Amino acid sequence: MEKTWNNKAWFMVLPVLVLVAFSAVIPLMTVVNYSVQDTFGGNQFFWAGAEWFEEMLHSDRFWAAMGRNLIFSAIILSIQIPLGIFIALNMPRKGWGVPVCLVLMALPLLIPWNVVGTIWQVFGRIDIGLLGYTLHALGFDYNYVNDPFDAWVTVIVMDVWHWTSLVVLLCYAGLVSIPDAFYQAAKIDGASRWAVFRYIQLPKMQRVLLIAVLLRFMDSFMIYTEPFVVTGGGPGNSTTFLSIDLVKMAVGQFDLGPAAAMSIIYFLIVLLLSWVFYTVMTNYDVEK
Amino acid sequence: MDFSWMAWTLPTAAFFITIFLMLVGMGVWEYFSPGGNPRVGILRFETTRGDRLFVSLLGSAFIHLAWLGLIGPNLWWALALAVVYAIGVFRFV
Amino acid sequence: MAGTRDAVVNADKDQMMRNAPAAERTAHGGLADAALARRMRRRGEESRFWWVVPTIYIIFLMLPIYWLINMSFKSNQEILGAFSLWPQNPTLRNYSVIFTDPSWYKGYINSIIYVVMNTVISISVALPAAYAFSRYRFLGDKHLFFWLLTNRMAPPAVFALPFFQLYSAFGLIDTHIAVALAHCLFNVPLAVWILEGFMSGVPKEIDETAYIDGYSFPRFFVKIFVPLIASGIGVAAFFTFMFSWVELLIARTLTTTDAKPIAAIMTRTVSASGMDWGVLAAAGVLTIIPGALVIWFVRNYIAKGFALGRV
Repeated sequence: MEKTWNNKAWFMVLPVLVLVAFSAVIPLMTVVNYSVQDTFGGNQFFWAGAEWFEEMLHSDRFWAAMGRNLIFSAIILSIQIPLGIFIALNMPRKGWGVPVCLVLMALPLLIPWNVVGTIWQVFGRIDIGLLGYTLHALGFDYNYVNDPFDAWVTVIVMDVWHWTSLVVLLCYAGLVSIPDAFYQAAKIDGASRWAVFRYIQLPKMQRVLLIAVLLRFMDSFMIYTEPFVVTGGGPGNSTTFLSIDLVKMAVGQFDLGPAAAMSIIYFLIVLLLSWVFYTVMTNYDVEK
Repeated sequence: MDFSWMAWTLPTAAFFITIFLMLVGMGVWEYFSPGGNPRVGILRFETTRGDRLFVSLLGSAFIHLAWLGLIGPNLWWALALAVVYAIGVFRFV
Repeated sequence: MAGTRDAVVNADKDQMMRNAPAAERTAHGGLADAALARRMRRRGEESRFWWVVPTIYIIFLMLPIYWLINMSFKSNQEILGAFSLWPQNPTLRNYSVIFTDPSWYKGYINSIIYVVMNTVISISVALPAAYAFSRYRFLGDKHLFFWLLTNRMAPPAVFALPFFQLYSAFGLIDTHIAVALAHCLFNVPLAVWILEGFMSGVPKEIDETAYIDGYSFPRFFVKIFVPLIASGIGVAAFFTFMFSWVELLIARTLTTTDAKPIAAIMTRTVSASGMDWGVLAAAGVLTIIPGALVIWFVRNYIAKGFALGRV
């Protein structure tokens, strides 16, 4: 659609601007202010310069949490994206199986995040949880409370359970936009299943996949509630992701300076990645 | 209304005023020369001058962080480097 | 589960019926065509089992939820005692605890109050903004749109601390409006994006015709435009409702007692010793219900909603 230039449109955007500025810009400015100062409480602040940033950038704790977060996001993406595509390809396209599939698959997406945590906390327990109990009965030494590896597996399976449907639904939305004629033509040409996927389905899914990767990366990068409820960041620090560490520092220990410095580094990374994805996405739209 | 909790300092205030003035400046520039001078630079996609400002600011932030993490606390050199970088961005991106 | 399987099989039959004419056509051809027909038959053979994948996936999704429901109908002795796949002595005690204890059911009321407030605020400010983005180009529009996106992507953990200070300064801590405003951080951008997607689908000629007919902008917007995108508003409202409902970190930070959401009350129980598993499970089940109830109405738009209106 051809849009007309009209700077008066600013007045329509103004309410959004004021509201989001109030809930985003003021807090961000405050974080920047805190990050260069030290405080002992009671609104008494002392200039600290770039000290906190330096401390953060040389802190093993920060880099460890960052590393865990990046590994977590990488694992999540490498499981959820292929699995989501695979399931979407096998979804029915017609009949009343479609709404049933859509509704049941979307259900985990609409569960409050801490309830997702609670569900898996209970589900994985070796005494009262179906998963933990079964694994134990089968002879596996599974215990997410003590064993870091088991805790990781639990958190990853939980996230797969929680969010794979998002990838499925997005891919499915891309797939149903392919006209039947394409498939028929492919069949007459005797195209293999792989060829149909590679040359018809995948190109049609490219755009939604881009969105899926963006959302899954960002949301797994800021994950807080679910692992917090299940493992509380433990055992030890093994599932302490950036957000969990940040909240521990800011709200738990009230270390405003370091927490603010960490927030800014965290936010800058998110900003950079959002920009990269957004640029790729809009340029993709322009090319089409 | 008590705003002491925001803990303003002179340097951070100056920082935000600078950013704000830059945005106003970009707005005025855009008003008198609309379109944002779009072109395809070394990043191989179309950028307007607003994009170039964003890339310079974000890049400068990372330059400062890298300087702090790898070299030392003397940020004036990092600032100089960031300015050079920003000029480069406006020239070539 | 049986229903799903039937549905999938039915869909499968549809698919085969649709393919039938093509198969006939090729069967009359020469050798190459015969080979093709054979290959297609084989593929038809394969696709008879394609319901397997969705069914397995849905079972995987439903098992943990089933376990929660199962627990919510058990007494604590039964949960901690013998392991059983379904309640041996079904009880409604856990639910009656929640519905009779104010500290529990108030949590639901608090959650619903701030979630509804947030939905109303988000939609009402997002409507004009989405219209502006979908119809006009203006100074800095693209950067504004990107800035809104960054707020959806920003980690709530970054904002938890300054939010606490900000709302303390305004004396809003432990009020519903504080949480409602704070959730606008990610819900307003979401609403703008979704609505913009729906509005772009409405041809611009409709606006122009209305203006020629002498409608003023506000009258046109309310009388003609809003009814046209009613489904979009419904979807946007659903998603703002949902994202406010599922969020815990910010809601918990900004409340202490009077406006404490159900989610935070649940975590409190989790950390208590001598845990009441049955009540916890019942509370969890009750938080799933709102989503489960309305999901049917948005099933066709759910991908669009999660993708910020970009599908």
